[in-house]
Amino acid sequence: MLEWFGDLGSFVWSVLCAAVTPPFQIAEFVKQLDEIGAKSFPLVALAGSAIGVVLALEAYSSLVRFGAKSLLPATVIFSVVTEMGPIITGLIVSGRVGAGIGAELAAMKVTEQIDAIEASAVDPEKLLAATRICACIIALPLLTLVASFFGVLMGWVATSFLEPISLVRFVNDGFKGASFKDFLPPTFKTCVYGMIIGTVSSYQGMRAKGGAIGVGNAATTSVVLSSLFVILADVILVKVILLIFP
Amino acid sequence: MMQVSDDQKTAGSEPIESGAPAIDIQRVTKSFGTQRVLDGVSFQVRRGETLAVLGRSGTGKSVLLRIIIGLQTPDSGAAMILGTNMAEASDAAISEVRTQMGFLFQHAALYDSLTVEENVAFPLIHHRKEMSESDRRDRVSDLLKEVGLEGQGNKMPADISGGMQKRVGLARALALSPVILLLDEPTAGLDPISSGEIDELVLKLQQEHQLASIVVTHDMISAKTIATRIALMDKGRVVIEGSFDDLQKSDEPFVSQFLHREF
Repeated sequence: MLEWFGDLGSFVWSVLCAAVTPPFQIAEFVKQLDEIGAKSFPLVALAGSAIGVVLALEAYSSLVRFGAKSLLPATVIFSVVTEMGPIITGLIVSGRVGAGIGAELAAMKVTEQIDAIEASAVDPEKLLAATRICACIIALPLLTLVASFFGVLMGWVATSFLEPISLVRFVNDGFKGASFKDFLPPTFKTCVYGMIIGTVSSYQGMRAKGGAIGVGNAATTSVVLSSLFVILADVILVKVILLIFP
Repeated sequence: MMQVSDDQKTAGSEPIESGAPAIDIQRVTKSFGTQRVLDGVSFQVRRGETLAVLGRSGTGKSVLLRIIIGLQTPDSGAAMILGTNMAEASDAAISEVRTQMGFLFQHAALYDSLTVEENVAFPLIHHRKEMSESDRRDRVSDLLKEVGLEGQGNKMPADISGGMQKRVGLARALALSPVILLLDEPTAGLDPISSGEIDELVLKLQQEHQLASIVVTHDMISAKTIATRIALMDKGRVVIEGSFDDLQKSDEPFVSQFLHREF
């Protein structure tokens, strides 16, 4: 395990050096931003919507019990924006994108395409890994905003079926007393999730061996490790954010 | 027969002198764990020459090509390619040398997310940035025509045959007008007619471009067709190096066994 972390650290350093030195692979970065960001939109929107509905329904029954149903909009909005939106986006993307990157790069590795790139005097870490990692870092906060938007919207829809309320009132009541530190730090912490997902899945893909089994293992371990590290990072980042923004 | 060089050049990049070999392998050794796959291999290849490297499976032939292109480093010895020791040079120096080499992988290693045209254009996009898009398209078109694949540019690698994939790989390897061409089992997995076509193509390209070429192959007929010299390897060493006639005249039991088994 220590060897794995050591090799990962070496990989991260190598990719970082490649990412900050020209020539920059802008075309490939834009292509990956589309693949990782735009194509994850429907899935993230759906997941956010589901979370919003579930939160509204679950919170309503609990709040009614304590005579606090007026807090429902704030409960739904704060839950979605500060925690559920970011973590659900991180896990959804680690599943879809992590597996995709891990499998794609592993397939390229076992069929010598990565060697061919290197033999063509092009740095494969710059072309393949750095572009994907940067795209993940940029895409995750944007996808988190998508999840949060649909979570709030569908939370309102679900709430309306329980206690009719206008969208304007729902949002005003929900954001009452909110400040910068409630929304922006949790959204930007997803940049860390993106770095984790891009790095782990690129590393697993580019180190794959053993034909089809190796490709399958790379895809699976990319998802499992990305998801695990995203959850662990969430635990640490929540504490850090609370320390910095008490 | 070729004499093995006794030089011990292990310095970094040195200017290539006129007439000096483009490829100069000096006592290269390489092991994987306890298995020694290359044991003091030495040979030279000049421009206009094609060296065919033959031997049993697992004798380190493909590892030799990977050391020459810099994908692996030898445990000892020097791989002097156009005056640069690939074992000790910086990444920038290795990259510079690679732009003067073309490599055809055993299974072509085409980028399967790109079309045939995009595959061939790949080295041009990354190393000929001054080229306009129309000039690049013309160059790709010329290369595909040269390998007999005119009009196939829009196809994906998965949609073409193995022989056609090898041709695309060859076109990609020639994109930057290299001085050195390395071919790893160019006829592996092909039927005899396709193999013959690839041999003819390699011979034509060699004659037109005067490349320094190394072909790793099991195919004795292919080696006899395209090579100016043949090096036969066994247990990580070059057993014999010379023309096909030299091999036929050799008394070495391994050489006789290899030749007669092939025929």
